[in-house]
Amino acid sequence: MSKVIVVTSGKGGVGKTTTSASFAAGLASRGHRTVVIDFDIGLRNLDLVMGCERRVVYDFVNVINEEASLKQALIRDKVDNNLYILPASQTRDKDALTQDKVGKVIGELRESFDYIVCDSPAGIEKGALMALFYADEALVVTNPEISSVRDSDRILGMLAAKSLRAIEGDEPIKEHLVVSRYSPERVQMGEMLSLDDIQELLGINLIGVIPESEEVLQASNSGVPVIRDERSKSGQAYQDMVARFLGEDVPMRFLEVEKKGFFSRIFGA
Amino acid sequence: MSIFDYFRRKTAKGSAAVAKERLHIVMAHEHRAKRGPDYLPALKRELMEVITKYVQVSRDDIKVNLERHGDCEILELNIALPEEKEETAAAN
Repeated sequence: MSKVIVVTSGKGGVGKTTTSASFAAGLASRGHRTVVIDFDIGLRNLDLVMGCERRVVYDFVNVINEEASLKQALIRDKVDNNLYILPASQTRDKDALTQDKVGKVIGELRESFDYIVCDSPAGIEKGALMALFYADEALVVTNPEISSVRDSDRILGMLAAKSLRAIEGDEPIKEHLVVSRYSPERVQMGEMLSLDDIQELLGINLIGVIPESEEVLQASNSGVPVIRDERSKSGQAYQDMVARFLGEDVPMRFLEVEKKGFFSRIFGA
Repeated sequence: MSIFDYFRRKTAKGSAAVAKERLHIVMAHEHRAKRGPDYLPALKRELMEVITKYVQVSRDDIKVNLERHGDCEILELNIALPEEKEETAAAN
């Protein structure tokens, strides 16, 4: 049984594409046939984060318009044979995606993939709706920050009301909370919303906490999903998240303030 | 965190609590607005039409609210009737 998972947030810049890339790469590395679709029509970026920007020939809109077959448009990941990318189009035509046509493509992908990861654009407009419409599960990416939490709440409302599952009265979309750019130091100082705060406000299950770290930028600079950086905290946190998604019981890490040595405490790190 | 930060951090303490409280309020408000059933605006409008047919009140004096307490929903209709003194004074 294939599963469609939307990675969404409402707010921009919270880490949707980073999460989509790492989540998809993580599923693939565990042997699952996975495709990740960039729904951000006009602002293609997933290809850069995945490091396949120079191999884009056809895109999602070409497939929608039947100018190319899925087989022609799908890009196989450079290291993982289980992972494919369907890049977004650079067209300015925002109406390129229609519900029926997206449904047809997803239906076709369901035949050959275990997991279909949909990287949603920011906002609550048509593009975001298209990305979440066919979802079975959702990763709601949230930063510990006031506007991000509110926007995530709006998106949860959309998942519950406007998705195919909601319209058809099926079992609702399974929602998972991903808190990214988390800084235990700032939480301890009372400057940042804590995990408990965010969970209480949004009322959904936490599946992963990604600590704020430099490696995320370094990884996207070089076009490698950060999950493949095994030494980085963010990479490990994404590994944990994927394991939890697949049903493993993995405790949360990187939630505590790191203990510093005597000198760094006195003089600053 | 260095010894220099120690004096500065006191001022920032607690802004997360403020953020949480503000979010609680605004999200509760947004949920309430959204949770109303689709027929509520039309119901409001028609109720107001019926009431204004019999009682001389302005639309601002009629409040229609739907509240949810656990499993039961309460439709609250609040009409501020015009003061009777004026009417009796006019009759005399």
